[in-house]
Amino acid sequence: MSLQATTQRAWSPLFQLRGVSRRRPDASGEPVAILDHIHLDLAGGLITTLVGPSGAGKSSLLHLLNRLDEPDEGSILYQGRDLRQWDVVELRRSVGLVLQAPVMLPGTVEQNVGAGPRLRGQALARERAVELLRLVGLAPALLERKAADLSGGEQQRVSLARTLANEPRVLLLDEVTASLDPGSARDVEELIVGLTSRLSLTAVWITHNLAQAERCGDHLVLMAHGRVAEEAVTAGFFAGPATEEGRRFLESGKEVHP
Amino acid sequence: MSSFTLSMTLAFTLLAVAASYWQRLALERDILIGTVRAAVQLLAVGYILYFVFHAPSLIFTFLMVAVMVGVATQNASRRGKGLPGVQWRVLAALTLTEVVTIGLMLLFRMIQPTPQYVISLSGMIVGNAMVVAGLLLNRLQGEVDARRDELRVLLSLGATPRQAIQDQLRAAVRACMIPAVDSLKTVGLVQLPGMMTGQILAGASPIVAVRYQILIMFSLTSAAALCSIILGLLTYRLYFNQAYQLAR
Ligand SMILES: Nc1ncnc2c1ncn2[C@@H]1O[C@H](COP(=O)(O)OP(=O)(O)OP(=O)(O)O)[C@@H](O)[C@H]1O
Ligand SMILES: [Mg+2]
Repeated sequence: MSLQATTQRAWSPLFQLRGVSRRRPDASGEPVAILDHIHLDLAGGLITTLVGPSGAGKSSLLHLLNRLDEPDEGSILYQGRDLRQWDVVELRRSVGLVLQAPVMLPGTVEQNVGAGPRLRGQALARERAVELLRLVGLAPALLERKAADLSGGEQQRVSLARTLANEPRVLLLDEVTASLDPGSARDVEELIVGLTSRLSLTAVWITHNLAQAERCGDHLVLMAHGRVAEEAVTAGFFAGPATEEGRRFLESGKEVHP
Repeated sequence: MSSFTLSMTLAFTLLAVAASYWQRLALERDILIGTVRAAVQLLAVGYILYFVFHAPSLIFTFLMVAVMVGVATQNASRRGKGLPGVQWRVLAALTLTEVVTIGLMLLFRMIQPTPQYVISLSGMIVGNAMVVAGLLLNRLQGEVDARRDELRVLLSLGATPRQAIQDQLRAAVRACMIPAVDSLKTVGLVQLPGMMTGQILAGASPIVAVRYQILIMFSLTSAAALCSIILGLLTYRLYFNQAYQLAR
């Protein structure tokens, strides 16, 4: 099934994964494929949600897209050019990643949010830092606080602000609302949807929340066992998955989030 | 000290062996091997130095120092297991530390350019730098292991390896400097350093011995700084690959 044919809007792929595999040693030291010959196109200017059971390889896939990790096999094109031909520093600035478990750098919230600009020798203006905090729903008073002292949800939002400070063209988001209360999660959702459409950014967004995927995503990719089980236009998937795996996943999701 | 009294010092070793046996430390073998090695090495060196000091030769002095640096490199590199090419970097760091430190001493005429001075002080500097080099490799690896996630965050924000590891590198160098700095603060109050003790026992006036001790303490501090900084700068890149990813 061609995704392109079923979309109302025509889209062009921003990332093209061609036979991408990644192997890692398991507990006994034997290499196992955590990503297994993945062929996948990710649309530019749209939000693609990445769903699937725990351990499916979603995070592992996301970490390949800004070249934080390297595939053992296959190639990935970004804007039609092999990732390996991009200047890796430039690439990582324009393809921003927010990790699943928030990691705070030593120092204050302001130092965390300003980390990206500081790496290229620029200071993040105070007003801009305040603006970024407001964007992710945090009080500007937090700027002076030691980042390590924040709550999990606050740290998650600081990591989002830290990535946004680099003004990326692509957002790789790994369960960025996982430790937020439903209200704050909705706020962050709206922020991401708003930003992507206003600045025509691209987002690849891992979520375990199917309602969130349905609300926010244009496209949906279902992963299982290191493979792509189904890729679909979001509305189409929720109207009726094309694969048996998709149906089962949707059913199990309904049990959890009725 | 007569040969008989010297052989009585073995009582100390036997005491250690007994303690090991009693407490099941399983160190008896290592202690015995260590004892034999220490005795043979020191006695041999005593004779070699006697020979070198009585027939001063530039080549021989150089050779002695080279052997010191070589053995120290071997030893310290073991702390950097798994880092490709680490021994060349340790060799470079130790050599540079030795050359700069002894060079300054000679340049400012703090010591005379005789084998006695050059070899004895080189032994202290290289030995100390060896400990510092091992400590740095050990500590840097520990920092990288413990703060891997931080490194990944910085790399994904567009950091170069140097920028990403800067904090960890600084922490490792600081850790290497702490022993030297601490002993600067307490020397004379807590411990009388080995060289001073040796000189005093050999009959030198404490006032002269102290002057040399000052030279040694200061130069060891700068050697620790020099060696850890050089080695840190030479090795940090080994934790990353060409694509600015964490290696392994
Ligand atoms: N560095 C690694 N070494 C060994 N195994 C790894 C490594 N990284 C990931 N894996 C394994 O690969 C599989 C996929 O992991 P990944 O984190 O990509 O899953 P995920 O889909 O993001 O899961 P979750 O929804 O729980 O976050 C898991 O079985 C994991 O144990
Ligand atoms: Mg994950």
